[in-house]
Amino acid sequence: MAEFLQLILSGLAAGSIYALAAVGFTLLWQASQTINFAQGEFVMLPAFFVLVGMTVLGLPLWTSIAFALVLSLIVLGLMFKKLVVEPMLPHGTLPLVIATIALGVLLKESVKEFYGATAQPFPAIFPQTVYNVAGASISLQDIGNLTVSMLAIVGLQLFLGRTRTGRCMQATAQNPNVAEILGVNVKRMVLYTFLINAALATVASVLISPIYLAKFSNGETLGLVAFIAAIVGGFNQIRGALVGGLLIGVIDNLSAVYISAQYRSAMPLILLIIIILVRPQGLLGTSEGRSV
Amino acid sequence: MNPFKLLLLAVGLVALFVAPIGQGNYIIYTLNSWLLFSIAAMGLNLTLGYAGQVSLAQAGFMGIGAYVTALMTLAGIHWIFAAVLAISSCFLVGLMLGYPALRVQHHFLAFVTLAFNTLLFLVLRNEEEMTGGSLGLVGMPRPDIFGLSTGGNLQFYYFTLVCFVCAAGVMWWILRSPWGRAFMALRENPIRAESLGLKVRRQTLLAFAIGSAFGGLAGAIQAPLVQFIEPHSFGLIHSLKLLLMVVVGGSGFFFGPMLGAAVVILLPEVLRFTEGYYLIIYSALVIVLMAYSPGGLIGLGQKLFDKFRPKQQARHDLKQGVQL
Repeated sequence: MAEFLQLILSGLAAGSIYALAAVGFTLLWQASQTINFAQGEFVMLPAFFVLVGMTVLGLPLWTSIAFALVLSLIVLGLMFKKLVVEPMLPHGTLPLVIATIALGVLLKESVKEFYGATAQPFPAIFPQTVYNVAGASISLQDIGNLTVSMLAIVGLQLFLGRTRTGRCMQATAQNPNVAEILGVNVKRMVLYTFLINAALATVASVLISPIYLAKFSNGETLGLVAFIAAIVGGFNQIRGALVGGLLIGVIDNLSAVYISAQYRSAMPLILLIIIILVRPQGLLGTSEGRSV
Repeated sequence: MNPFKLLLLAVGLVALFVAPIGQGNYIIYTLNSWLLFSIAAMGLNLTLGYAGQVSLAQAGFMGIGAYVTALMTLAGIHWIFAAVLAISSCFLVGLMLGYPALRVQHHFLAFVTLAFNTLLFLVLRNEEEMTGGSLGLVGMPRPDIFGLSTGGNLQFYYFTLVCFVCAAGVMWWILRSPWGRAFMALRENPIRAESLGLKVRRQTLLAFAIGSAFGGLAGAIQAPLVQFIEPHSFGLIHSLKLLLMVVVGGSGFFFGPMLGAAVVILLPEVLRFTEGYYLIIYSALVIVLMAYSPGGLIGLGQKLFDKFRPKQQARHDLKQGVQL
């Protein structure tokens, strides 16, 4: 039982980080119908910005994180929107999908060439203390990760629901034409979405890199998990992405121990296929209806 | 087809026939893998370019084809039977995979195939008794076709060429048949296609399954060509590579995938001097290409051609008269 609790907690902690990536993914889809196949690389990259800040510029950890956040907002938010998404949008979804796939390769290979192909140790944000609660060892890092990512998501929900800008963003996601008629600056709202995605990716990156080390190929698994979390939870709901992320984290952890370590990464995929078969709109999603 | 195009086609075939003569093993091998990937990319083109569905499992289907062929030929069964089984199993898997995915929304096939390719990789790696795990399978024999041995590299090239021409012929026939024209109708205007009585879901599903079967054929050729297969050759990254071939060449054009395969296979050789930066340059080029010409290189060529071709223009001096 103690082991079970421990697995659930560390699963939730990992899952909450997946949820951050999945939420960003969902936001981009809602705001601009962008399926971002480079989302995993978006989470991989900010950790290297932090490392550059620390090793090349010699900044302390927290300043480097701020530096990484600013760089991510510029590169993964602004430049991604202006240079990749905007020129592609009039051509439809497919060229954009291909372009984000290519962008993922570009980011991955650039990190490999310019920073290094080996996994880099990443400084821990939280102390590595482990508490023993009723036989289960609970690490402070897991609690910290869970708290920070939950705070980020709750903060985002509040921003979207309670502020004027947030509601304008929701209106843009639901119907850009009507939103524009009602005086919402649609272009700016879409830009905000891209910036929020970049910020979420940075938070996820800083939280996950101390556990998995910073490596150029981290994005492959992270991206896949973010997709799965977003679809399992419901592609058009932020709550859905959150639930999906947490669920994937827990299932991943439990199946590694109780089912088969070899097929650990297969369980989320099987869950994905089951969800698509049984409840295609996702656990919390609402049906968008067929376009044809 | 006008005589000029027929002539071009004949020249192309002759070029393919004489290309490997007198060349070293490496060049023959490269040409051979180009033909092979062209077959797989052609299949993906049917799914992507004609039916408008993103499949991220074409390398996975090549893997199914390669493993089925390898296991059967290693057991002493002739390649032809193995290849038939490889192709039909890919077709069936395509149907089973596409049916649930296409029930939902158009982008779901991309995710389902993505998951499928990763799952398949895990199965190939973990089921060691059957697939040899990450060590793979070695020593698949090259087949004798009607008493002709394909053991040598040059002979095997001609064997692949025959398969390639057959596959291209079948694809040409599919696209010209009323049934294939339905794919195009679907891509151009799905709502109108449906109102004219086309079963949209069934057509898309068939396009995907046939496209997958082409992947199976490519895999069936790859097993005896390389004579060594392992799970990593069929990973997700190779599916992405195949997707890039189709898109770079020009999705929805008959010769797009062949051109794309040539670019993807030859570009590393051309850009060898850039060493590690090859993939960086390549992916940046793809993004630029997508921004300027979503129709790929053939689309780009067509755009340029249209720009410089003499056009019919109405006489401007008559305008004045009409307005009177």
